Amino acid sequence: MSEQTTVAGSQVGGEVVPATPAGGSGAAETRADPKPRNNRAWWLVLPVVVSVAFTAVIPLMTVVNFSVQDVFSPSDRIFVGLEWFRSVTRDPEVRAAFVRTLLFSAQVLLLEIPLGVALAVVMPRRGVWMSVALVLVALPLLIPWNVVGTIWQIFARGDIGLGGWTINNVLGINFNYTLDSTDAWITVLVMDVWHWTPLVALLAYAGLRSIPGPYFQAAQIDGASAWATFRHIQLPRLRGVLTIAILLRFMDSFMIYTEPFVVTGGGPGNATSFLSILLSKIAVGQFDLGPAGAFSLLYFLFVQILCYVFFTVLTRSGR
Amino acid sequence: MTLILDGVSVRQRGETWLDDIRLELPNGMTTLVGPMTAGKTTLMRVAAGLSPPDSGRVLVDGKDVTGISVRKRSVAFVYQQFINYPSLTVHENIASPLRLDRRFDREGIDRRVREVAELMGIADLLGRRPAELSGGQQQRTAIARALARPVDLLLLDEPLANLDFKLREQLRADLKAMFAQSRSVVLYSTADPNEALSFAAPTVVLGEGRVRHVGEVADMYAHPPTLAVAATLSDPPLNLLPGVVRDGRIECLGMSFPAPRAHVDGTDLILAVRPHQVSITRESPGALALPAEIRLAEVTGSATFLHLLLPGRRHLVAHLPGTQLFTPGESTVVYVDPAHVFVFDATGERLLATGAAEVDLHG
Amino acid sequence: MADIRLEGVGHSYDGGATWALKPMTWTWRSARAYALLGPSGCGKTTLLNIISGLLTPTVGRIWFDDREVTGVPTAGRNIAQVFQFPVLYEEMSVYDNLAFPLRNRKYPKNEVDQRVRQVSRLLGLDDLLRRRSRRLDPGRQQIVSLGRGLVRSQVAAVLLDEPLTVVDPALKWTLRSKLKEIHRDTGHTLIYVTHDQTEALTFADEVVVLNEGEMVQAGEPAELFLSPAHEFVGHFIGSPGMNMLPAEIVGGVVCVGQADVGTAAGQSGDGLPPGPVRIGVRPEFVRVTGARTSPGVAARVTGIDRMGAYDLVHTRVNGHPVIARTAAGSACRPDTVEFLHFPEERTFLFRDEVRCGSLAPLNGRDQA
Repeated sequence: MSEQTTVAGSQVGGEVVPATPAGGSGAAETRADPKPRNNRAWWLVLPVVVSVAFTAVIPLMTVVNFSVQDVFSPSDRIFVGLEWFRSVTRDPEVRAAFVRTLLFSAQVLLLEIPLGVALAVVMPRRGVWMSVALVLVALPLLIPWNVVGTIWQIFARGDIGLGGWTINNVLGINFNYTLDSTDAWITVLVMDVWHWTPLVALLAYAGLRSIPGPYFQAAQIDGASAWATFRHIQLPRLRGVLTIAILLRFMDSFMIYTEPFVVTGGGPGNATSFLSILLSKIAVGQFDLGPAGAFSLLYFLFVQILCYVFFTVLTRSGR
Repeated sequence: MTLILDGVSVRQRGETWLDDIRLELPNGMTTLVGPMTAGKTTLMRVAAGLSPPDSGRVLVDGKDVTGISVRKRSVAFVYQQFINYPSLTVHENIASPLRLDRRFDREGIDRRVREVAELMGIADLLGRRPAELSGGQQQRTAIARALARPVDLLLLDEPLANLDFKLREQLRADLKAMFAQSRSVVLYSTADPNEALSFAAPTVVLGEGRVRHVGEVADMYAHPPTLAVAATLSDPPLNLLPGVVRDGRIECLGMSFPAPRAHVDGTDLILAVRPHQVSITRESPGALALPAEIRLAEVTGSATFLHLLLPGRRHLVAHLPGTQLFTPGESTVVYVDPAHVFVFDATGERLLATGAAEVDLHG
Repeated sequence: MADIRLEGVGHSYDGGATWALKPMTWTWRSARAYALLGPSGCGKTTLLNIISGLLTPTVGRIWFDDREVTGVPTAGRNIAQVFQFPVLYEEMSVYDNLAFPLRNRKYPKNEVDQRVRQVSRLLGLDDLLRRRSRRLDPGRQQIVSLGRGLVRSQVAAVLLDEPLTVVDPALKWTLRSKLKEIHRDTGHTLIYVTHDQTEALTFADEVVVLNEGEMVQAGEPAELFLSPAHEFVGHFIGSPGMNMLPAEIVGGVVCVGQADVGTAAGQSGDGLPPGPVRIGVRPEFVRVTGARTSPGVAARVTGIDRMGAYDLVHTRVNGHPVIARTAAGSACRPDTVEFLHFPEERTFLFRDEVRCGSLAPLNGRDQA
């Protein structure tokens, strides 16, 4: 059908609509015609662009500016090139903190994702208990971060904290997060799991709720076990929300600051001294703006790259 | 007004969804018929301005509107799913497009809402919300909303597909009467050949993103120009048999009859016969006999569908009138009148007798 | 395989205030193909879910042969079900989808393979077995779902809930006859839920018509078509449905307006008391002639639908619509007057929507 076709011969309103022959030149004109497009939508994006510029881009540029200079005083600075980047990447303290933070994030993901999904699976789907469960699960998310730190700082204490006291006196295990680096690490990890597993659980719960009923009915009819139902129906359909959950939890845990700062202050020794804590020590504590700037940029870049890798891997594997 | 699609193509992820569509739609109703993946919805979306074509133009009364947003055009769209505002009553739902139209004041809106609600038979449901309606009533509401504001272009994308069979029958009749007086361009898509036939409107047959043919639907049914058109308009489906030309005659599974026009020996052909043209008694002296094995008989009361296996494991369906009983596994002979056989070449083009008038295939 | 017996089974979603399914007693006999036909909201799906065990009925008991299963969950009932829209294990291949119900029941490996290949051959899925099921188009996905319902050899019944909704019209015909052949070869009990009368009539050995939670009539397709016991059955089965024309019985004679169309015969051959009655006759049996040749009524033609294989002549008799289905190429023209004749053996009388009798010849009292 290359020629112009018409609803030909159709008697409409008493007149026969003639067929319009296709003109070769007409077709050529079509191609040449720049299509009128509505570009007004860009204006609506402008406020966002402006505010992002002020909140993100301009501060970032300041950091870039610091990272290539040695600042003695506001009026006295020298350009040092990539010197700070070199020194930061070679600094054993930074390297140790980097490994520590990566390890922490990995443990957080390994614990929180399965735990959150498990929680979502067992949560009631309807009735009063659904609301009760939702509120209970969501509770830790409503508490400000520094308060979470304070709660756990007290809770885990061996003398007056309920948790610490129970471990020491009931279970008979010597536990002191202010002295023992393993104990401190476990405290911070458990605190993060307590604080953030609910987020994973809520996301997974929403994902599970969106699976149509016939899928579960079909699984029952096909004689699938609870595990098979989870493995072949629920898990595949949670892919989308779990991708988001993993990204969020990775970014957040990799940049964790407030809670360990309140509970352990990075100690004992450097046991819980994560990148963010080290960074604030360099930047605010020692006021070494150059190294801190370089450090920040590397930190920022690393999070970006890893998130990109996560995202690509997770979405690709779904095809 | 008239709507013209001038060489419209749409490509998505390397696949061609619409391929150089050239159509001119006049005032009144046009049916768009084609199987599920023919591109009907894509064509309607382009016509409405909901998605831009990759190439080609959309013209309204000769004016290029290709890139113009749907909100600036005078268009209404009815989807296969019943889409209404869940928090609004039926009255508010129908009134919603009128509130944006300066031509209607408060009383004008109310009058118009009651008018279309009356037309769609939902006048006593105006106070209810969509959740309190049956599927049929919800779709009536959605159609009423589309009809409320006088528009240049009304698009209905398989609006009855999700409804009960009986409800479909009734709404089809109502819509047919309504569109008969319409002064806008109405494009109605369907996958159901019987629906297309019952509307008896100018019809566009779409397949694999291409316009297969345009014309009066009854005419296309009786004289299909291509195999694709014949297949799209046949329900129950066409019976297809392989044929070959020998000495100016067509041979097919032991049958032989004169070819409509001279062809090179050995040319492969496709023969098509509609199920209701296959009989178990010889009804005309020229009818050809085909030995067959009975596979299955479906008796519906008004008709019997006989599923047959021909030599060479070819399937054939006969649509016989009334209730007739058969035993599966038995052998029988069925008859086909060559005058009722459509002959297509290997590319699907119909072979017509040269010069001679075509036999009327009605009945 | 088993007979499935429903004993006073009914269901209410609101604690007994309204019945979604009114209590009914009925036996689905083993190895038959049933269609459950009715409009949406008539209780078809409720009934299906009660049989499969996804729903426990408010009242009544369910038996599979001699075993009561009323409280037995789905997994313990040995039922297969196909849903309206494709339900697939999306990350599995077509093969694994078909094998899933068998593997869960610990069928031996070679039997799994044999059954999967048998079903895939019957449904034409052979070339797709290695494909990931989510990559198929919806129509193919539904065929895979259908295959999963048919793959098990030992099931009490296969329940099909409007399984061909997402399939192209042309493919519907093929799949339906295929399903019927599979039924003949395997001897499964099939219960096929649909609102489409063509589907029900072509598919089933026996059709059960449901309306407003109540079983209206059950019987072989031809029986439902030729002698409907209820106006609803007349209307719902057949396309277009049965013509219903108000009439009056006067002295044993059925009159439409001024015209006598026959005598009234009750169900047991006796007469019927005088009073209003409705004549039911299918469009297929209404005979249209230019002049009165036998007892008939005058009708004004309002329109003709040319459906290709046949024509539908729309007429009005005393303001009531009557449709006649004639061979294609009808000579009727709109706004002319034709005569409609109702053949006695195919014309029934209804009172309160229930059939009360049929039309009988006028016995020499030919002219009114």
